[in-house]
Amino acid sequence: MKIVLKNLTKTFPSRSKKLRQDVVAVNDFNFEIPDGELVGLLGPSGCGKSTTLNLICGLERPTGGQIFFGEEDVTGLAPEHRGVGMVFQNYALYPHLTVRQNILFPLQNLKGKDRLTKEEMTRRTEKAAKLVQLEGLMERRPSELSGGQQQRVAIARALVKMPRVLLLDEPLSNLDARLRLQTREEIRKIQRSTGITTVFVTHDQEEAMSISDRIVVMKEGVVQQIGRPQEVYDDPVNLFVAKFLGTPPINVFHGRIKGERVYIGEDAVLLARGVPDQEVYVGIRPEGFLWQEEGPLHCEMGRVEVMGRDISIVSSHKEAAGAQIRSIISAEIRVDPAQETVRFGVKPNKAYLFKKETKERIRI
Amino acid sequence: MDYNKLERAARIRQRIGKFFTYLLLTFWAVVVLFPFYWMLLTSVKSYGAYNSESIPQFFTLSPTLQNYRDAFTSVPLLRYLGNTVIFALVTTGIMMIVITLSAFAFARLRFRGRNLLFTLFLSLMMIPNELVVITNFVTITNMDLRNTFTGLILPSVTSVFYIYLLKENFEQVPDELYRAAKVDGTSDLKYLCRVLLPICKPTLITIVILKIIECWNSYVWPRLITDDPNYYLVSNGIQEIRENGFGRENVPAMMAAVVVISVPLIVLFLIFRRKIMEGVSRGGTKG
Amino acid sequence: MKKKNLKAWLYLLPAILFLGAFLVYPLIDVFIYSFEEEYNFASQTYSGVGLYNYSYVLHDTYFLQAVKNTFILVIITVPISTGLALLISVGLSSIKPLRELYQTIYFLPYVTNTLAVGLVFMILFQKTEYTDGLVNLILHWFGVGPVDFIDGPYWAKMFVLCFYTVWVVLPFKILILTSALASVNQDYYKAARVDGTSKFRIFVRITLPMISPMIFYLVITGFIGAFKAYSDVVALFGTDLNTAGMNTIVGYVYDMLYGDSGGYPSYASAAAILLFAIVLTITCINLLVSRKKVHY
Repeated sequence: MKIVLKNLTKTFPSRSKKLRQDVVAVNDFNFEIPDGELVGLLGPSGCGKSTTLNLICGLERPTGGQIFFGEEDVTGLAPEHRGVGMVFQNYALYPHLTVRQNILFPLQNLKGKDRLTKEEMTRRTEKAAKLVQLEGLMERRPSELSGGQQQRVAIARALVKMPRVLLLDEPLSNLDARLRLQTREEIRKIQRSTGITTVFVTHDQEEAMSISDRIVVMKEGVVQQIGRPQEVYDDPVNLFVAKFLGTPPINVFHGRIKGERVYIGEDAVLLARGVPDQEVYVGIRPEGFLWQEEGPLHCEMGRVEVMGRDISIVSSHKEAAGAQIRSIISAEIRVDPAQETVRFGVKPNKAYLFKKETKERIRI
Repeated sequence: MDYNKLERAARIRQRIGKFFTYLLLTFWAVVVLFPFYWMLLTSVKSYGAYNSESIPQFFTLSPTLQNYRDAFTSVPLLRYLGNTVIFALVTTGIMMIVITLSAFAFARLRFRGRNLLFTLFLSLMMIPNELVVITNFVTITNMDLRNTFTGLILPSVTSVFYIYLLKENFEQVPDELYRAAKVDGTSDLKYLCRVLLPICKPTLITIVILKIIECWNSYVWPRLITDDPNYYLVSNGIQEIRENGFGRENVPAMMAAVVVISVPLIVLFLIFRRKIMEGVSRGGTKG
Repeated sequence: MKKKNLKAWLYLLPAILFLGAFLVYPLIDVFIYSFEEEYNFASQTYSGVGLYNYSYVLHDTYFLQAVKNTFILVIITVPISTGLALLISVGLSSIKPLRELYQTIYFLPYVTNTLAVGLVFMILFQKTEYTDGLVNLILHWFGVGPVDFIDGPYWAKMFVLCFYTVWVVLPFKILILTSALASVNQDYYKAARVDGTSKFRIFVRITLPMISPMIFYLVITGFIGAFKAYSDVVALFGTDLNTAGMNTIVGYVYDMLYGDSGGYPSYASAAAILLFAIVLTITCINLLVSRKKVHY
């Protein structure tokens, strides 16, 4: 089922009486999620991603715009009529019910012509449980399960009613690091095998990039960029997106363009054909540095961190926006941490220019 | 789209639900408030007017304060109030000292038999008042303390429950503060007064208020221990007024006395509303 | 170490003294009293040891009346007050405007003097030579004849007593239940809504089980409290409860101890211990039931 968001807007009345202005949680969101895709809504806390999820789910009503599931306008529908399955951040498993009863719960709500027979309910419950590999745990209570198992129960409960759309709110935030890796693979696998269009919310860019077909980066209610994870990473539209994606984060310098050359301090690091002279931000990905004896960018050496496959050189530059510059180069290169300056070349496809005022990308 | 119809039906149902919810809530609010309204109303009706109403009137056009004058002059209402204030303040004061000391000992000091003693204390919470009142009555009578404040106050200056509440609160204060005080050479008592008590002030205030309410409303023990009206508390006073009254059945004056007795606590409640409700929900019960 | 021990005990001394004198010693003493036969208050002598006091109390028609009254009161008020509190709390937590106002109003009876407000209730329900009273006026609107609730038939008096008791105990129950309801994670309700659960089903399958520990707590404390009913009875019917036929077990204990028919601490002790036994039994039964019903 494809999902279409058209000019979706949600404002909340301001909490404090002094600020009369309404808070815009989601501002004019347009997006068409193709059928069967896994989409990650990504952004810092308070960026409106959870509100968007609640709007798709129906727990919140938009103040403007429309939501379509396929061709059907569901904007005014209550959540139970939308056919959505939702997994909550803390799973919201009913503590007094067993795993089986929890999964069964949504099916028992069906009324009228949708009502299922006992056998059908059991069959669907078993099937959902099998999908998330919970077969042996059906008679336990949530408190007797690990975090990862609880997560799977929550997913099974969302899937059992065969929703048109599956929504996950911060699905991995309550798990420890090891389980997180494993669980996100499982979510991907389950989504693939069921083919249900899935939207999930996260503030962790790595999580979003690793399993999503598409990611949506949001900031203060406004969608910044939508695209396949690699595309967004390689081709950010503004400084915010560039900074938000990637670990270690992108290095940002104050720079300027003069005579179609990009200067950081006195160092001319790149060519910028056809770009008028101006002050800019220069963003260089950690892997965008080249180890060159005669490289144009002069940095003060900090320390060298060995990471096995790669090494990371931590250095500084007086024009850098952050305190340190982190570059990642191959571990085969021998670097002497005692040397005072390091010189780098810059890979043009890993370095981006942004306008000083708007922080929009300048394309070369 | 039949969904639209469903949605509209749901909205209407919701509105009807809201309406009945408010109806129920308002009904009970009226039931709760009505006695208060009635006592205020009756207290400003004149004696003659009240007694000539064979059908009760819901309002009065000629309010009078005469009943309040009667309440203070023909019965020693002021004395009852004064006694209760003394009783409440002294009892609460002594109790605060006693429970603070023991809560501190349980929370901070290490000594042999601490856990055993604390368990013993907790088990005392199970003893119902009704069981021990009999002997206490005999004890106080034998000590010739009937009709004295000492006799009134003594049995109610400790409360295991409040010791427990305060101990829990004391234990939440980080150990580091205690160790830091020790390093600075602060004595235990000084640490208790200068550090622990200020930090735990909210709980202390809650306990004080709850205890004052309890004292203000206490009836059984004062009734057993006093038969001299000079030592009556408000509860006994009101019972006395009810039974022997103003020489004649003077309902408006009675109501005036009831208003005078009720107002202090209601004012206290309105000021400390949040604290009281929070304190009560942490484990108070009526009586 | 010795010094430290000593200091701690010093801090505990006042509490231990008071508790020992007015809680532990009386507890032991009350059992002794209850077995001492023909105890004389003035000379503090007794003639023998045995179960006579219990037998006397159990054969005393006043005591049996008090037991009957107390049981009726408990059986009527505990379920009604708990149910009503639940209904009101659920209503309260489903609204937003005016909620604080309602909460404040509902709590008022908790901070009022039981005796004083009881007097107001008496005035409201009383039927005198001059007037039928306010409640009878309202009853009259519905075509029901005047009833004397204070000096009239037994069921009428019992009704007033139950009504007043519910009025008095409700604030505490509403407070506990509203905070229990507020502590239920909102995500459960959201999850249920997404699954299309009906309001009724949400209440029965989610809300009730989630707050069931608090409901059982209220039932248990409610039973204990109602068994000890006394001052609200006095407030409505005066101190001479035996004549009014409205005495409670606690009232019987105090009447035996003090007042016109008093001076019998042995009988009072026996009655108090019987009351304690009843309360203990009921509490144990309650706890056993709640073990079975409350799951987590």
